[in-house]
Amino acid sequence: MSLLEIKNLHVEIEDEGKKILNGLNLTIEKGQVAAIMGPNGSGKSTLAYVLAGRPGYAVTEGEILLNGESILEMEPNERAAKGVFLAFQYPVEVPGVATMTFLRTALNAQRKLRGENEVSTPEFIKMVRETSDNLGIGQDMLRRGVNVGFSGGEKKRAEILQMAILQPRLAVLDETDSGLDIDALRIVSEGVNRLRSPERSMIVITHYQRLLDYIVPDVVHVMAKGRVVRSGGKELALELEANGYAQYTDEAA
Amino acid sequence: MADVTPIRTPAEQALAAAYDGARGTLPGKGAVASLREDAFKRFDAKGLPTRRVEEWKYTDLRTGLRQALPLAAPPDAAAKANAKDAGAVFASLKPRKLTFVDGAFVPELSDLTPEAGLSIGSMAEALTKGDAEVTAKLGKTFETDDIAVALNTALMGDGVVVRVAAGTALQRPLHLVFVTLTETSSFTRSLIVVERGAKVAIAESHEGVAAQVNTALELIVGDEAEVDYYKVVANRGVHLGSLMLSAGKRARFDTFVLNHDVGIVRNQSFVRFAGQHSKGAMRGVNLLRAEEHVDNTLLIEHAAAHCAGREQFKAVLDGESHSVFQGKIVVNPGAQKTDSKMMTRALLLSDKAEADNKPELEIFADDVVCGHGATAGALDPTLKFYLMSRGIDEAQAEALLIQAFIGETVEEIADEGFRDAIMNASLAWLATREVKP
Repeated sequence: MSLLEIKNLHVEIEDEGKKILNGLNLTIEKGQVAAIMGPNGSGKSTLAYVLAGRPGYAVTEGEILLNGESILEMEPNERAAKGVFLAFQYPVEVPGVATMTFLRTALNAQRKLRGENEVSTPEFIKMVRETSDNLGIGQDMLRRGVNVGFSGGEKKRAEILQMAILQPRLAVLDETDSGLDIDALRIVSEGVNRLRSPERSMIVITHYQRLLDYIVPDVVHVMAKGRVVRSGGKELALELEANGYAQYTDEAA
Repeated sequence: MADVTPIRTPAEQALAAAYDGARGTLPGKGAVASLREDAFKRFDAKGLPTRRVEEWKYTDLRTGLRQALPLAAPPDAAAKANAKDAGAVFASLKPRKLTFVDGAFVPELSDLTPEAGLSIGSMAEALTKGDAEVTAKLGKTFETDDIAVALNTALMGDGVVVRVAAGTALQRPLHLVFVTLTETSSFTRSLIVVERGAKVAIAESHEGVAAQVNTALELIVGDEAEVDYYKVVANRGVHLGSLMLSAGKRARFDTFVLNHDVGIVRNQSFVRFAGQHSKGAMRGVNLLRAEEHVDNTLLIEHAAAHCAGREQFKAVLDGESHSVFQGKIVVNPGAQKTDSKMMTRALLLSDKAEADNKPELEIFADDVVCGHGATAGALDPTLKFYLMSRGIDEAQAEALLIQAFIGETVEEIADEGFRDAIMNASLAWLATREVKP
């Protein structure tokens, strides 16, 4: 069985009735890293949000199956407990909630939903310390409010730290490269690559090929006008870099 | 204009009758008795404030106080035993407890062990004796025509008189513990004088059954003195609390009030910067639900130059609750270089909750920095989604965001022990909150 199967997915923005996804089909295998590329407005971020269960989007048709189970009726936290993780393009700041408290609350909430025991304090501290060292995240950052006062690069690193602690089965990285300089991009990509595993699939959403030099995908899907219009190997990304998206926006029109 | 005979509400009649009945037995003769008499006349002339009285616009006492409960009788031994563990909210600070049951000072439940530079006495005793030092100060800290203060002065029964001698830094916080065990009304009046260069932390807590509590504190902060004052109101019924504070030169004071699980509360602060180069901060958090009502009203007078005032009040409102903030900053002529800022934020968790905010600035000096701001809004759905996408359920996500909202103000408390005590009381409230699906 595939880890993720999206079948004929139609999605509108609830208040506006504006259609964003238009019969999208996508299958992700277990352990696979799939890149999703496409022009602005093709629905990449909407796909990421709909997978994570963000309110405000109406699924009018279609199905999303995770390990054969529909997740459409699940709350975002239930999806998280099933292994879905979204690394946000713009991670939000939560003042007053320390990163350590937040991570621990999230991890234990997921474990509780899965019927697992809470993680012990020493175990948790050890987990966080190892990963945060690798990502160059200092103790002072962990004590601060979630993402508060972090630079763009620090926010993205903090997202990867969260992913490393929560150990998802399906990680969706939404434009993780945006706003990163080359050094930050390298640190973040290394963090992601360390998390590659036969037990974990990833969807790497990006506008540019650059990120895929660091996180080398198994497959590349091209999105345009709310559906997947072409799929191929990693060389497809280079072709897009050379020729642009114009042909796909025309084809899909 | 023809004379109008005002129609008295049952509560006004009952208060007048209470005064009439008690005036022979209330502590104090002579000057004290005439102070009472004048105060009662003010009440008698105006009656309870309605929404047509600008200062009480959002807290209409004529409707809020439908019945005046009978004056409390002195507590018996059983009542005292029940009040033994009161004041738990600040227990972690191991404060010097001064306990009041139904408005009466209970020495047995108070820690009166001597400490150098500290004197503590009962207000009832001071009034009975006609203590000249006390009567000279009473009502002078900040003179006001306010009706809640007038009623307090007319009917004041007991309270504490505290003097912290010049240069004394008290080892432990003072904790005025107020417990109501009967559905009665009580009028307490306290006077705390913090002399030059002295340093003290004062806590005050209110708990118990739904009673009518009218409590007033006159707090004199001497030159170079430092005072921290923390108040928690957590009882039903009607709470009318008045703080009259006067700060001398180069003094510092910080006040914080937390209101939760209440009925109708009015905390009014009359504050005067009387000496130059002083700093004062006043903060508060209201945690409200159902039909709870809290009104925090400040009148801050800058009577001297080079003083800084900071006011920050927050309200979390659920159900049909109502939070009111009124802040009036008056800068007198000559109070140049005044720096005064006021901020209020309301977090509305329900469509039926109401937050009213009325800032007023009256500035008669030309070289000052004064400002105020206010916000009101619901929980940010993007933040909530972010937390939920990490596996945190809706109730806990909301609780974390509310905690963060409160935390911004609570974190300003410099003393770690008090900060934790206030935060823990807030978290306990949050833990009992029901999230609508």
